[in-house]
Amino acid sequence: MLSVNGVSKSYNKSGWFQKDKQRVLEDVSFQCGQGECLGIIGESGSGKSTLGRLILGIERPDTGEILFEGKRLGDAKIRAGNISAVFQDYTSSINPFFTVEQAIQEPLNNLKSGLKSHSDLIDDLLLQVGLHSDYRKKYPHELSGGETQRVCIARAISTSPKCIVLDEAISSLDGSVQLQILDLLKDLRSKINTAYIFITHDIQAAAYICDRIMIFRNGSIEEMVSTDQLKDVQSHYAKKLLQMTILN
Amino acid sequence: MPNFLEVNHLKVWDKSSGEVILHDSSFKVNAESCLAVVGESGSGKSVTCRAIMRLNKPWVSQSGEILLHGENLSFLSDKEMRQKRGKTMYLIMQHGMSAFDPSTVVGVHLYETLKQHFGWNKHEAAGHMSIAMKSVMLKEPMEIMNKYPHQLSGGMLQRIMIALALVLEPDLIIADEPTTALDTISQYEVLEQFLQLRERLGCSMIFVSHDLGMVRKLADEVLVMKNGVIVEQGSTESIFTAAKHEYTRYLVSTKQTLNDHFKSVMGGQGVAKR
Repeated sequence: MLSVNGVSKSYNKSGWFQKDKQRVLEDVSFQCGQGECLGIIGESGSGKSTLGRLILGIERPDTGEILFEGKRLGDAKIRAGNISAVFQDYTSSINPFFTVEQAIQEPLNNLKSGLKSHSDLIDDLLLQVGLHSDYRKKYPHELSGGETQRVCIARAISTSPKCIVLDEAISSLDGSVQLQILDLLKDLRSKINTAYIFITHDIQAAAYICDRIMIFRNGSIEEMVSTDQLKDVQSHYAKKLLQMTILN
Repeated sequence: MPNFLEVNHLKVWDKSSGEVILHDSSFKVNAESCLAVVGESGSGKSVTCRAIMRLNKPWVSQSGEILLHGENLSFLSDKEMRQKRGKTMYLIMQHGMSAFDPSTVVGVHLYETLKQHFGWNKHEAAGHMSIAMKSVMLKEPMEIMNKYPHQLSGGMLQRIMIALALVLEPDLIIADEPTTALDTISQYEVLEQFLQLRERLGCSMIFVSHDLGMVRKLADEVLVMKNGVIVEQGSTESIFTAAKHEYTRYLVSTKQTLNDHFKSVMGGQGVAKR
């Protein structure tokens, strides 16, 4: 469904007179199938969020191409309603002047699929993410972190996308809320069959919901394993990464 | 000296709205032990830390007594309190990025702090800092001290804070979610540094975190907070194995679910155990 072919990306280094560029992504290629959950794990600064932004079409790759169902992702018409995102910083993800209802409605309005009221749909979406319909009139600052992230997920699934990019979606939540959101995501996937690109540095969380895990390092793919074979990783870096997971 | 830090009936409230943030907290930290404070965000963990340091926002008031070495901190003037901060009580913040002055290089901040407490000149301070920074696995300390905070990673900044603690040798270290903003590898490295810090300085520590994995590795005692109230406190082992309060059991069980899944995926091998 989604295929990334030989993508590279570089940014200008900070500094006014410096001309040299910093390579962030180096020849990245992978596929993500329909309804699959692909985890991307790596250290901070390894370029995993940049990859997420490229998949979302917020930025364009320097070289290489990203194809969504065989079509180039650069075209906004292809992306609309098919790919959505949930970000880490839930405080800035929703327009503070919007109520929950308006926030969820925004992508639906942009689609212009029909001008009928989405009222029932919003109740249904809120129910799916485990919130009561009383939340419709609330503003983001009235919600806790976990609730806001639920609203973000409701907004992401509102257009029934084929793919959702979750960029550190659970990293700023508390341990207990993290598990609730992970369970919610698992549950939703079995219902609506969307693909997830789950970007995180938390290996345990990735192992919890992903089918395949991609270990990312310095802008390139270090290793790709299916989750049930995670213990048999080959590369030295992947082994080190797994050993450093702190368990209780 | 059985109790090093004693907090009695600490109450913190918002002056303008009258909203009570901390209800009635009483706890003790023994000498050379580590107390972990766990709970959800908004449960009052950070407010407790800042109340001890007396660093809460001006519109937040506090009452109750905080005894350090038997000395009541509430009676100290602002000037005396300033002397206590850093040398006696040391706060490590969650975001290294906002803990340092963004407009100067990291070194300037470090020199100023050391000059204030020890009267060292730049040369002496740099010498002491270099040794400390090397011991927390920061290579090329002089180069790092000439960089701005935004040029360094979160893990590095956090380790610089730990290095400064090594030089200052405080009696009490308060770490407010020091690893939350870090990735897995940096988390592990910073945890290692904390363990060594305790070994080397033999200081008391208050460690705030919602990562129970870290708490179990580091803490001797655990305090569980919810909505500004302490729901349970006890030794680390008793909290993890025989928690009395339902909320504590819930916190522990959620972490356990992720852990168990990870262990089953990994086939129970190749995971860090200390």
